[in-house]
Amino acid sequence: MEANAIIETVNLTRNYQHQTAVDSLSFTVKEGEIFGFLGPNGAGKTTTLLMLLGLSRPSGGFAKVCGLNPLRNPLEVKRLVGYLPENVGFYSDLNAVQSLEYVADLNGIERDNASEKIEELLQLIGLKKDANKKVGNYSRGMKQRLGIAEVLIKDPKVLFLDEPTLGLDPDGAIRLIDLVQSLNRDRNITVLLSSHHLHQVQKISHRVGIMISGKMVAEGSIETLANEKFGIGEKRYALEEIYMEYFQEV
Amino acid sequence: MQGLYAVFKKELCDHFSSYRFVILFALIAMVSFITTYMAAIHLKENLEALANTRFPFLMLFSATGALFSMVQFVAFFGPLIGIVLGFDSINRERAHGTLVKIVSQPIYRDAVINGKFLAGGATIAIMLLSIVLVISGFGLALVGIVPGSEEIWRLFIYLIISIFYISFWLGISILFSIAFKGIATSALASVALWIFLSFFISLGADVIANTFAPVKSRTETEPEIIMKNVRIKEMISLTSPMVLYTEATATIIDPMRKTTRSVLLNPMEELLASRFQNPLRLGQSILIVFPHVTTLIAITLICFAISYLVFMLQEIRM
Repeated sequence: MEANAIIETVNLTRNYQHQTAVDSLSFTVKEGEIFGFLGPNGAGKTTTLLMLLGLSRPSGGFAKVCGLNPLRNPLEVKRLVGYLPENVGFYSDLNAVQSLEYVADLNGIERDNASEKIEELLQLIGLKKDANKKVGNYSRGMKQRLGIAEVLIKDPKVLFLDEPTLGLDPDGAIRLIDLVQSLNRDRNITVLLSSHHLHQVQKISHRVGIMISGKMVAEGSIETLANEKFGIGEKRYALEEIYMEYFQEV
Repeated sequence: MQGLYAVFKKELCDHFSSYRFVILFALIAMVSFITTYMAAIHLKENLEALANTRFPFLMLFSATGALFSMVQFVAFFGPLIGIVLGFDSINRERAHGTLVKIVSQPIYRDAVINGKFLAGGATIAIMLLSIVLVISGFGLALVGIVPGSEEIWRLFIYLIISIFYISFWLGISILFSIAFKGIATSALASVALWIFLSFFISLGADVIANTFAPVKSRTETEPEIIMKNVRIKEMISLTSPMVLYTEATATIIDPMRKTTRSVLLNPMEELLASRFQNPLRLGQSILIVFPHVTTLIAITLICFAISYLVFMLQEIRM
């Protein structure tokens, strides 16, 4: 797949007082692909995502998202990128429609357009019949799907999904992953997917990057990485095995 | 702007539909009714006692019929309104994970804090305005006096000062909700500061003034020492927003007051105060309290500026 780079970082670095969270990170995500962003807890994935959104200031290097520098044009970047944070929160006393309306308001979408879009999104995520229930009473799976709807309301070109399947039951996780895949296929949305559920990542990712202690130790398609680690062979390696190889090396 | 308006609308909506607002409003409305009712039924006696009353309507707000007047009540417990409206504004969003979601929408980060502060201010303004209007109507019906134009102006200025005073405490509580992660911590910190600034400062002022300029009895001590004592006391107690506010509003609401000071310094002043029983003109009253009002507005703005800065510099994930 030949396509333009939609996300590009060059030597992106973020230092905190006592540690370096992100260490000269350079990687690219191409337009239209699903990029699996892997790594152990505390590897600096969320920090990287925040820097890509302009919510955190890099100590060094720079990033480009859709050709824009998030530090200079945070508003334009945030207009194009939908970010679903890990453990996203909701106002528990609002219902799904009200939550979506608030996000639409924040995005400056007119009320008339918004209600049409909300209707359509509720259909897409399958929350139509629970739309008037308070979000506080939602199950985790429902909340996570509502989170996806909230990021879709601005018609993003890129999605950053930080652990979207964390804590979901197998059925919920599979439905969510399928939803992500269909968004990528039908709407040509580029997805940066951070997850620990490696078999799910393997199922839908075009390419993956493995980030360990602030550094990208591997980047490429799963086949490429498997060949790099195990040599060319008949066997199809699971992403889990490849990941563990890299992990043990560091 | 669009982000600011969206946050403002949401916050205002939250304030007016929250239980804590309803409880607070009910409490304040109830106390205001009682104090005004007391003031109103005593008003007749009060009016007879005064030789020449020109502004009887304002006495609804300033007469201490029962234990305290309406104006004193707002001075004491107004801060609580500000604190209750703001103590969890930022750290609740942080704890529930909604803050990251909001700032990752295409809005500037300051829209969040500006919107919250403005919504709190608007809530305070609506609350105070409605209470003053209700009391006025109540007074009209109960005592049958109609406010003159100057009285209306004085009430209006009183409202403006009160809104800034309560907004100052809103600013303090928002600042603490940014600085502290725990909701209970920020609430306690705001209440502690409120108690300290409102009640302990005046105690401390007495102690310090008496240490530097001991006054045994007013007749025996030299006038210079008494002056010094009063000055020190005044200087220290004016660091309390409540003292600032009380002095400013008392002078605005009561045209008979010629000074913000409560102590008259010498027999000459006492004589002047008792002999010339004419009310001050509105312009003169404003002139007297102008420094107080400016200070009150300034500390409100400074407090908001500090919260703004802290919020903008803070790591969003903290």
